Amino acid sequence: MKEETIPVTKETVIGETAKIKIEGYRFVTMTCVELDENQVDVIYHFDENLQLKHFRLTVSKDTLIPSISVVYQSAFLVENEIQDLFGIHFDNLFIDYRRTLYLGGETIAAPFCKFTVKRTDKSAPAAVQAET
Amino acid sequence: MFTFTSNILKNFLSQRATRRYPFETRSPFDGARGMLLNHIEKCNLCSICAVKCPSQCITVDRKASTWECDPFACVYCGICVDACPESALYQKPEYRQVAEKREMISLKGEIKKKVKKETDNGIESE
Amino acid sequence: MSKTIIPFGPQHPVLPEPLHLKLTVEDEVVTEVIPALGFVHRGLEKLSEIRDFHQMVQVVERVCGICSVIHAMCYCHGIEEMMGIEVPPRAKFLRVIWSELHRMQSHLLWLGLFADSFGFEALFMQFWKIREKVMDISESTTGNRVIVSVNVVGGVRRDLNSEQISWILTLLKEIEQEISALKKTLLTDYTVTKRTVGKGVLTKHQAYGIGTVGPVLRGSGVVQDTRTLGYAAFNELNFEPVVESDGDCYARTKVRFRETLQSIDLIRQAMSKIPNGEINVKVKGKPQGEVVSRVEQPRGELLYYIKADGNKNLDRLRIRTPTFANIPAILTMLPGMYLSDVPVIVLSIDPCISCTER
Ligand code: SF4
Ligand code: SF4
Repeated sequence: MKEETIPVTKETVIGETAKIKIEGYRFVTMTCVELDENQVDVIYHFDENLQLKHFRLTVSKDTLIPSISVVYQSAFLVENEIQDLFGIHFDNLFIDYRRTLYLGGETIAAPFCKFTVKRTDKSAPAAVQAET
Repeated sequence: MFTFTSNILKNFLSQRATRRYPFETRSPFDGARGMLLNHIEKCNLCSICAVKCPSQCITVDRKASTWECDPFACVYCGICVDACPESALYQKPEYRQVAEKREMISLKGEIKKKVKKETDNGIESE
Repeated sequence: MSKTIIPFGPQHPVLPEPLHLKLTVEDEVVTEVIPALGFVHRGLEKLSEIRDFHQMVQVVERVCGICSVIHAMCYCHGIEEMMGIEVPPRAKFLRVIWSELHRMQSHLLWLGLFADSFGFEALFMQFWKIREKVMDISESTTGNRVIVSVNVVGGVRRDLNSEQISWILTLLKEIEQEISALKKTLLTDYTVTKRTVGKGVLTKHQAYGIGTVGPVLRGSGVVQDTRTLGYAAFNELNFEPVVESDGDCYARTKVRFRETLQSIDLIRQAMSKIPNGEINVKVKGKPQGEVVSRVEQPRGELLYYIKADGNKNLDRLRIRTPTFANIPAILTMLPGMYLSDVPVIVLSIDPCISCTER
């Protein structure tokens, strides 16, 4: 990408996001890209005055990623989408649909992944207690 | 208040904007992409159209020399028409009529013995 | 006071598409909203794995049934940038013309639906009658009414001749007159102002913080229009983003109404400046790299993230449609409003749910 891309880690993502919010950036969206069997890229897009800036977070699929909806509340929708389609989990979501935003309650597979991994911990969604 | 009244009166006095559809139809525009048809006698069964079609609704069987299109899956984009090297495919401006049953357009063609020609996807037509 | 939970949608007379809102209501006042999506999810992004990058143009056109040209244009810009293709200038102007026609028809459609949402049927019919003329232009110049398939990677597929241009210009004049005749009704009529002024207010600060885009953002006084980036031929045209400051439904209506007229002006400018020449270039090779491409859709900024690794299929295609960014705004706009205002406010963001779920 020709725009500036800042690598972030699981620990620093919230801090960096908070910083960029103070600088006056607008949250655009997030993109999840599957790299291989175990790893995904989560790319955060921000915009100020039509100038884009990206964060790149490379994590393994079973990581619990801290949700940036504590900083930009509106990020909850796209985080839920990634949670549904890639089977990745976000911690501390503003509204956690528990993988029922697009999927039916019992789906275990991650429809947008070429490689599906067995998920552990927070995985099996408690069927219908969807919305908070 | 009553800003729309003049408009309503005007509409009462002017012609109606709609047509009495089945009895009165508008002739289609020249460039409209309606039915997809194949001049099968020109077709060389090279299957370029089948490869290029985004909805993959064309099947070309070179062994049985058939060209088949599923008009219900076709999205009338016209990509195949642009891609056809023999200009066998064309689109009529009229739209397809509604049908009771799902019907496939199935045509029997023949592979022509022609001058050797290389095509995009490497399939050669001898 | 007791709380009641009311499900709004997915089938609701005012919504053209399935969006479900769980409204918590105290008396008649909404206190909490939880949106739910997923009724029409199609997974078009995933299709990039089995369709090659040329065929994806037709696939992304089908993301949105109203502004297909703009989706295809955004996708093509991304791929062209990745492959270093320079599109001929005439094709750039043609893209502008068709995308502005689409903006017009989309805004006219919305103005109609919006009038319908507060029961002004006559105004609804009037706007749709005008829209039909725009659709005619679209059908006669491109071949289809809505999903026009004119964009391809490397340019456009159809050209406009001078007869068509003069015909479009005469039609545009009629359309402009007819739209202007409705201005007084739309912006001053008691029925309209009563239902829209002060409803669903989003302050400048809120709108920016939530990350809303398009008319919702501009209706709240933020000057942001992706067209000012100057993609396609917009850098050669003269225009100012349409901005209103009140941030209510009325302001958003005004923004869209003025943008419709602005589009007419942009088409005229593009037609007067259009150069002669080729309309597409031959594309060789395969895309490789990572690119983010943005354009302004009628509903706001549209973002495509494309990643390719030199195969004919793309690695990942991500589409962020404007409605996706605008839905969180409902959570801020609705609390404190009366239940009967919910349809009007929801419609004021111009929700396009199929777009959102792709
Ligand atoms: S591309 Fe043309 S010649 Fe080739 S199979 Fe299709 S219709 Fe026949
Ligand atoms: S018009 Fe488009 S969808 Fe229909 S057969 Fe041709 S390429 Fe396929």
